[in-house]
Amino acid sequence: MAQATLATYSVEVNEEGYMLQPDQWNKEIAEAIASELGIKLTNKHYEVINYLREQYAAGNALTIRKVGQSGITDIKGLYVLFPKGPLKYSSKIAGIPKPASCV
Amino acid sequence: MKKLIILGGGTAGTMMANKLDKLLDKKIWSITIIDKDTIHYYQPGFLFLPFGIYEKKDVIKPRAKYIPDDVELILSDVDRVVAEENQIFLADGRTLDYDYLIIATGTEIRPDQTPGMLGEEWRKSIFDFYTFEGAVALTEQIKDWNGGKLVVAITEIPFKCPVAPLEFIFLADAFFSEKGIRDKVELTLVTPMSGAFTKPIATKKLSQLLGEKQINVITDFYIEHIDNENKKLVSYDEQEVSFDLLAIVPMNMGNEVIARSGLGDDLNYVPTDKHTLQSKAYPNIFVIGDATDIPTSKAGSVAHFAGEILTENLLSAIEGRPLTASFDGHANCFIETGFGKGTLIDFNYTTEPLPGTFPYPIIGPFSLLKPTRLNHIGKLLFRWMYWNILLKGRELPIDSHMSMAGKKEMTV
Repeated sequence: MAQATLATYSVEVNEEGYMLQPDQWNKEIAEAIASELGIKLTNKHYEVINYLREQYAAGNALTIRKVGQSGITDIKGLYVLFPKGPLKYSSKIAGIPKPASCV
Repeated sequence: MKKLIILGGGTAGTMMANKLDKLLDKKIWSITIIDKDTIHYYQPGFLFLPFGIYEKKDVIKPRAKYIPDDVELILSDVDRVVAEENQIFLADGRTLDYDYLIIATGTEIRPDQTPGMLGEEWRKSIFDFYTFEGAVALTEQIKDWNGGKLVVAITEIPFKCPVAPLEFIFLADAFFSEKGIRDKVELTLVTPMSGAFTKPIATKKLSQLLGEKQINVITDFYIEHIDNENKKLVSYDEQEVSFDLLAIVPMNMGNEVIARSGLGDDLNYVPTDKHTLQSKAYPNIFVIGDATDIPTSKAGSVAHFAGEILTENLLSAIEGRPLTASFDGHANCFIETGFGKGTLIDFNYTTEPLPGTFPYPIIGPFSLLKPTRLNHIGKLLFRWMYWNILLKGRELPIDSHMSMAGKKEMTV
């Protein structure tokens, strides 16, 4: 566990830079993480980010497939929004822990 | 009479029938188990068929032989469960009532969910090894194969036995080496995950092993479709991997009866309390094995460990007591690494696979996350244990809850 300064905020992150306290998140932080990843956030990005945060808060496991069925965008669209890491990068920007893949 | 019905006569269902047959008073309880066909397959053995280590007869037994005499076995497709009414409608029109239901309907491969998987090349150059038919077809193909690009690919997570694709590729490495054509075979593992396995320490150890064996690993590859004409896997972000022979792990989903009954999530797995194993929706339904949505491996060892917890909690529920037994997600998997060696992982919801010895500190006899001859022997002995101890619901000399004894704590 470590502290990182994102935008002007000091937040708790894991060794890969995923935020550990989703309630420390705000849009300025999202922009800061996104720009590190080379992503410019649009409204569509925020729709996905808000969906992820809602699902995480409800305790639901997240998969690429599930986000692809959310009605916000399909899987291909998700790859266009978050190239190389449709779930990893979107989760990182959304300030939620890295989704556990299969076990 | 009170009625307990077990839906599914695979590993988990058969085990529960045997356990509960011994514990429930037959003057009060009748036990019924429902499955659609007559054969019980030893699924861990499918992996050994293509490489000539097992023959067909080693993995097939009559289902009825493992069901106790006092348990009624019904062979029928199930139309649906109506949980509000505690009823099951069979495909042949019969209706069964139950007081308690155990769902053990497992998980299935769904090649139909990926465009192109069931195309021209299906069972010509594209094979699964999760069904008896798939493994047998692959055996025929691999026997006379002269080399080329062999790709082992995972379509979607979760899937049954997450170590199986690794074992397959390790066994392929050994098989082609012994055949003297390893230099003509390019081995590649394709996975949607970010590493060879799901947990960091195991991934590090297994990646080293893959590297030593000159097996390529392509991570973060999420298959969108299969191009049959050019024999290529194509990902959602338009990356391509070409193959001459493809051993595929198709998307996994729970049984359709779960969807028809409105009891499942988007992958037809039943939402289940991960500690009590009770259905989240109906207190008189318990769920075990691959049919659950609990966050641990879909594997026979998990069903075995969960079986002890489920038994205790079901008896508590029947007697109106609180459900105090708590499952920790314990999984224990031998991983064949080829050339007569195997490695072993032991983990649960909160502790990832660690190196060390198992089940006892220092003396083992098995080694965790380290390929040894003894681990391989353990895997081979497991087949006997499966038919004679596991299915019959008998105790193994391993605790249901994972133990830290022998494990070395470490970080990546």
